[in-house]
Amino acid sequence: MRKRWTLAHIEDLVMRILMILSSMALVLILAAILVSIFIKGLPAMNLDLITKTPEGGFFLGGEGGVLNAIVGSLLLAGGGTLLAFLISLPIAFGINVYTSGTPRGTRLASFFRLTLDVLWGIPSLVYGAFGFTIMIALGLRASLGAGILVLTLLEIPIMVRAMDEVMRLVPEDLTFAALGVGATRLEAARGVIIRQTLPGLVTAVLLAFGRGIGDAASVLFTAGFSDRIPTSLGNAAASLPLAVFFQLGSPFPEVRARGYASALILTVLILLISLISRALARRLSRNVIK
Amino acid sequence: MARPRNDEELKNKTQARRIRQDKLAARNYRLAASLPLFLLLMMTIGFFVRTQPIFAQSSIWQLLSGTVWKPSQGQFGLLTFINGTLWVTVLALLLAVPPCILTSLYLVEYAKRRSLGAILPAIDLLAGIPSVVYGVWGLLVIVPAVPKISSFLSSWLGRISLFAATNPTGYSVAAGGIVLAVMISPVIISISIEVLRAIPEGLRHASFALGATRWQTVRRVVVPRALPGIIAAVVMGLSRAFGETLAVMMVVGNTPQIPHSIFDAAYPLTALIANNYGEMMSVPLYDSALMGAALLLLVIVLIFNLGAALVLVRANRRAKV
Amino acid sequence: MEAHIKIRNLNVSYKKVSALKDVNLDIPRKQITAIIGPSGCGKSTLLKSLNRFHDLTDDAVVSGEVLLDDIDLYAPEVEVTEVRTKVGLIAQRPFPLPMSIYDNVAYGLRIHKLSRGRKMRKLVQHYLEIAGLWEEVKDRLHAPARDLSIGQQQRLCLARGLAVEPEVILGDEPTSSLDPISAKLIESLLKKLKKQYTTVIVTHELRQARRLADYAVFMYLGEVVEAGPAKRMLVSPKDKRTRAYLSGEI
Repeated sequence: MRKRWTLAHIEDLVMRILMILSSMALVLILAAILVSIFIKGLPAMNLDLITKTPEGGFFLGGEGGVLNAIVGSLLLAGGGTLLAFLISLPIAFGINVYTSGTPRGTRLASFFRLTLDVLWGIPSLVYGAFGFTIMIALGLRASLGAGILVLTLLEIPIMVRAMDEVMRLVPEDLTFAALGVGATRLEAARGVIIRQTLPGLVTAVLLAFGRGIGDAASVLFTAGFSDRIPTSLGNAAASLPLAVFFQLGSPFPEVRARGYASALILTVLILLISLISRALARRLSRNVIK
Repeated sequence: MARPRNDEELKNKTQARRIRQDKLAARNYRLAASLPLFLLLMMTIGFFVRTQPIFAQSSIWQLLSGTVWKPSQGQFGLLTFINGTLWVTVLALLLAVPPCILTSLYLVEYAKRRSLGAILPAIDLLAGIPSVVYGVWGLLVIVPAVPKISSFLSSWLGRISLFAATNPTGYSVAAGGIVLAVMISPVIISISIEVLRAIPEGLRHASFALGATRWQTVRRVVVPRALPGIIAAVVMGLSRAFGETLAVMMVVGNTPQIPHSIFDAAYPLTALIANNYGEMMSVPLYDSALMGAALLLLVIVLIFNLGAALVLVRANRRAKV
Repeated sequence: MEAHIKIRNLNVSYKKVSALKDVNLDIPRKQITAIIGPSGCGKSTLLKSLNRFHDLTDDAVVSGEVLLDDIDLYAPEVEVTEVRTKVGLIAQRPFPLPMSIYDNVAYGLRIHKLSRGRKMRKLVQHYLEIAGLWEEVKDRLHAPARDLSIGQQQRLCLARGLAVEPEVILGDEPTSSLDPISAKLIESLLKKLKKQYTTVIVTHELRQARRLADYAVFMYLGEVVEAGPAKRMLVSPKDKRTRAYLSGEI
């Protein structure tokens, strides 16, 4: 039974090498993306960029920064995430708690999950275009409020999906234990499920928030763009992704350079959110029963 | 309400309140959970209504197959743009699917837990990078590289029109395809991994017990079993590629022509909508046409996603058996 | 007693916790050996050491020797896939491969390139006959294997395992998922097969051990407590722990 090089073993080795190369390629590409953004963005980075709004002729080379876009994005995504949370949490709970027991309940839950999966896959451009038609129909202008509404719609499937994933992991016995001592479904949800899934819920919210900050196609139609920081829901709001896009479209190299720096700001923001999400999730895992 | 006098009353009142809250929450849940369906319906109806005016003038077939796009003259043929989307999407799939499947297989069937811990966060990170940042990377790295790739390839394959080096700039289907390929990889990989993990270990053990190598087991047992799910993963990636806007827009050239080589520039549907929404209210029927394009996107993506989701649900149900 | 397998100083730990301690055991040739003991005592771990199954687990550490006819299965120059063809395993739950009945039996033949074409068809029929399944499936050889009942599936797994011509058959509680009739069928098959194959089964049913075993091994807390001819050991064991188990105390 000595080891021999059969065709099967050669095949196994070749495929192993190909697989490892593919996986490495993935990590390398991620590194390449981050590195190129840093390399191109860092030189043009300065404090003005994050602390000032654009002054006259900013897109032609004038002074100023992208504070309007940074604040705009935070407001848009913040508002959208908050509203989405208020709607997503009941949905996720409902699908997981108000369904056990009846076959009709589980079928309904599967149906709801299906519609959410379908919504999850709809491009943000379509959400934006839809928001636009509603805006026109209601006679609204491109504004912070409209942008928040569209982002809410965009974020709901993302958030519910992520929440649902964690809630499904809660073993049924745990919920039944709570129900078994006479808790109502609502109380079981709050007492048991929230504690058990808190880290996952936080991750879900931050995931959706990150998506909201980075998305351009949906706010393109609905939030407009402005050089000023929005002060009311009716104002147009700039967003970081669009700021990057517009700056990069300029014929002036200084403006484009600032565009790269703005892209860097956006990337760093997303990375920060990702890190915070992981750290929070770990912190909150104290009460989780494994 | 009068203060409850004794324990019995207090208990009953508390009980009643708890049950009321529970029923209220249940009703809220049902309301909230039907919102997505409501939204879906509203979207479809909304787009359809907005597209009506142009349907009155030309048939769906004319819209979809017309190659002339001159809004000011009332000509709205979407074929060029549908073509553009198809070219970029198919290229992205060809580039992304083999490595993604290989990576997923590696991560589930071969890798030790340590490697998984290193690569999974990378995939999550890639999934979280905004579209515009991918676009910037595309502008910085891919677009300059494409002319070099094209001249390199043309020495071998230049005769094939598919690879004809027609474009001195890098803004091309190739650039769009490459950037899209990276963007859809996380989706394909994460769904494939889920599907592979759902396959019971006992099946693999049965193959090993007969003296099979790992690759033999993967090829002959795991992959056939996982195939519907993996196809669903690819379809989800396809759907993503179809709908991607900003990144593609920044690198694909936005020239309204039907591409004949991957190094030609093109103009995908999403770019069409995003670039022109500003003017669409000023030209008659322009907005209807663009909303029609959005409707087309919605319908295609809906069909793909529904199909993939149903396959995955069935695959999951079978895995539990 | 002629020993087919000799186990020397076998230690298996899983995630740094010891599962098998200093096992020294001889398994007789062409007899049915039954490994018995309370749950968690290491029966399955011992069984799976015989076909190097622990190689597939990241956290398992195996030391010692398992000699099959004086070749140490764990020697570095030994090919593990060959070990597994010589030592076959029937699992507790039958797992038919996602293919037809015919392809299931032919799987081993194909991956080891043992046969082709017409000869393969004859071999498949032969092994299905040995497993007592031929009459029931001969008209639907190309139907998917998962259409079979669970008892039929287990017999299919047996046919599949025999097709690669092992010397040893291992059974990890091979009848515990089955209904009584199918279980009886499997038991009678194993009794027939022992003339050709050394058989080692793990069982938690004492009565099954009494029915089938020629040789018995009692394990407790990761150690082999006692081993010997079944007729003697199961009736008048030497060790008091064995006695305690047989009388139902542990």
